[in-house]
Amino acid sequence: MPEIRNFTLNFGPAHPAAHGVLRLVLEMDGEVIVRADPHIGLLHRGTEKLAETKPYNQSIGYMDRLDYVSMMCNEHGYVLAIEKLLGITPPERALYIRTLFDEITRILNHLLWIGMHALDIGAMSMFIYAFREREDLMDAYEAVSGTRMHASYYRPGGVYRDLPDAMPQYEASRFCSESEAKRLNENRQGSLLDFLEDFTQRFPSYLAEYENLLTDNRIWKQRLVNIGIVSPERALQLGLTGPMLRGSGIAWDIRKKQAYAVYDQVEFDIPIGTNGDSYDRYLVRMEEMFQSNRIIKQCIAWLRKNPGPVIADDKIAPPKRVAMKQDMEALIHHFKLMTEGYCLPVGEAYAAVEHPKGEFGCYILSDGANKPYRLKIRAPGFTHLAAMDEMARGHMLADVVTIIGTQDIVFGEIDR
Amino acid sequence: MTEKLAQIHAYLQTQLSEQLSAIKYEFNELTLELPVAHWLAVAEFLRQDERLACHQIIDLCGVDYLTFGDAEWDVTTASRRGFSRAVQSTEADALFEFAQPTSSATLSYPRYAVVVHVLSVQHNFRLRLRTWAENNDLPLIPSLVPIWNAANWFEREAFDLFGILFTGHPDLRRILTDYGFVGHPFRKDFPLIGQVEMFYDPELKRVAYKPVSIEARVLVPRVIR
Repeated sequence: MPEIRNFTLNFGPAHPAAHGVLRLVLEMDGEVIVRADPHIGLLHRGTEKLAETKPYNQSIGYMDRLDYVSMMCNEHGYVLAIEKLLGITPPERALYIRTLFDEITRILNHLLWIGMHALDIGAMSMFIYAFREREDLMDAYEAVSGTRMHASYYRPGGVYRDLPDAMPQYEASRFCSESEAKRLNENRQGSLLDFLEDFTQRFPSYLAEYENLLTDNRIWKQRLVNIGIVSPERALQLGLTGPMLRGSGIAWDIRKKQAYAVYDQVEFDIPIGTNGDSYDRYLVRMEEMFQSNRIIKQCIAWLRKNPGPVIADDKIAPPKRVAMKQDMEALIHHFKLMTEGYCLPVGEAYAAVEHPKGEFGCYILSDGANKPYRLKIRAPGFTHLAAMDEMARGHMLADVVTIIGTQDIVFGEIDR
Repeated sequence: MTEKLAQIHAYLQTQLSEQLSAIKYEFNELTLELPVAHWLAVAEFLRQDERLACHQIIDLCGVDYLTFGDAEWDVTTASRRGFSRAVQSTEADALFEFAQPTSSATLSYPRYAVVVHVLSVQHNFRLRLRTWAENNDLPLIPSLVPIWNAANWFEREAFDLFGILFTGHPDLRRILTDYGFVGHPFRKDFPLIGQVEMFYDPELKRVAYKPVSIEARVLVPRVIR
């Protein structure tokens, strides 16, 4: 009788369904997973150590590159920790802008997730639809910050600048005809808020389209229902947060429970799952997009009515150009801020935000210098991927792809 | 202090007064400091006690206190060619030297700490725990994996980046650095530029390592004001 042994399969690090650079060593018994051992760190850049050698404001750009599909939420966690240590509160308008862009980011992230998740499972068209909508939101990013992805828009004390009054327009060129440009510019005639309002009116119908394609789709359900079940007790024990925790039926959302920005002043609901499987997490995220759309509408309405400053005047934001030309103090302040930065008081603080993927937090330990003594980034994906072994055990090889998709893995934040 | 945190503060003081060395309240957060001997007992208590129910570990990280409070602005020598603060050079007419990190042997205080953030989903509050490893050359701290399973990867990370050894950890391997990496990169005496660089060796026809050839630069010095 021949000896039957488990064999080891190497999944990644350059597998299209590995969502980046995941090397997964799978011990297989036939087609069943006995043990999954994720090898991470292929994208490790030492963000935390780099941040220890730079003044606080210079690290904001690094935060964008952590979870590179939900850029502004990462910045939010970082600036919140700094603001906590400095003891400053941004102006209310800045808080509304942050809430607005956090929710835009959540939709951006979930759209990418649904596109990739469906693509991995074999539904090609979802990917195309999701990227069509992402384009509009990235234009909103570009309008406020000048870049489509790595915005560096949030600053300690507020946001970099106020929302623009005009949207950039398409121009006719060899690649874009006159009539095409005109069509594309139709909803760009007003301000950024007009553009976003137009989006929020269209978006629910898009969501309905996605639901039509997927929710009752037989293949989609066969691939997702009862795959990667996590019980509520295990979800807590494994440190799952965000939609992963809510999918298991635990009503925990930092936006509701430990509200930051202006989440205590906007209305929205928290969807939770019942079975804790991949299908429930899919439903939770779809509903979250709908709720984000609701929050964006409320923020737009408030922002239209309430003009005001968007950054606190607390000597940590650079002075206005005009002031620098006329006032010696302002010039000195600008020079010191750009060459040396500002010092935080001695102490430590942890600030967390409800990132699209879960709890994103920054722990800053300061010894009173102009750079953090230790910056620890708590990335949600890190613990989610650690749960991979338990979630994949006993499933088939093809289900690993579903589980990676349902965990919404992005390596920028896991490897840091 | 919010009412809830004040209640927890008082409760912890009555229940854990023997185990804790300090309870700090700063920036609306509670920090428990404790000797490493009580690490597991306190963690177990926080998780099991019904009034606390800290079921979730949010974060665990290592901290290296080697250069805590050192500023780089105390310049001792300026060069003949003027004052530049960017390059750390070993040559004779070096611009100036930044304070070199002291070795851990002469350190009079514990060097490595582990900081844990826990969350009680049931009662909606957070706590921070901190303990210091007693031995600076062989930092040993008991593993929290049996109490909170999610500590597994966090402890692997702290081991990888700081060299803190977690006794009782089921699978203490490196996690973020490369296979075969030498050293613990987040220690304060590990240079930012690293120690080795990779290159393609045409004779060996493979990738090989050599000592780094770039200069360490400090663009903005640390100042404490």
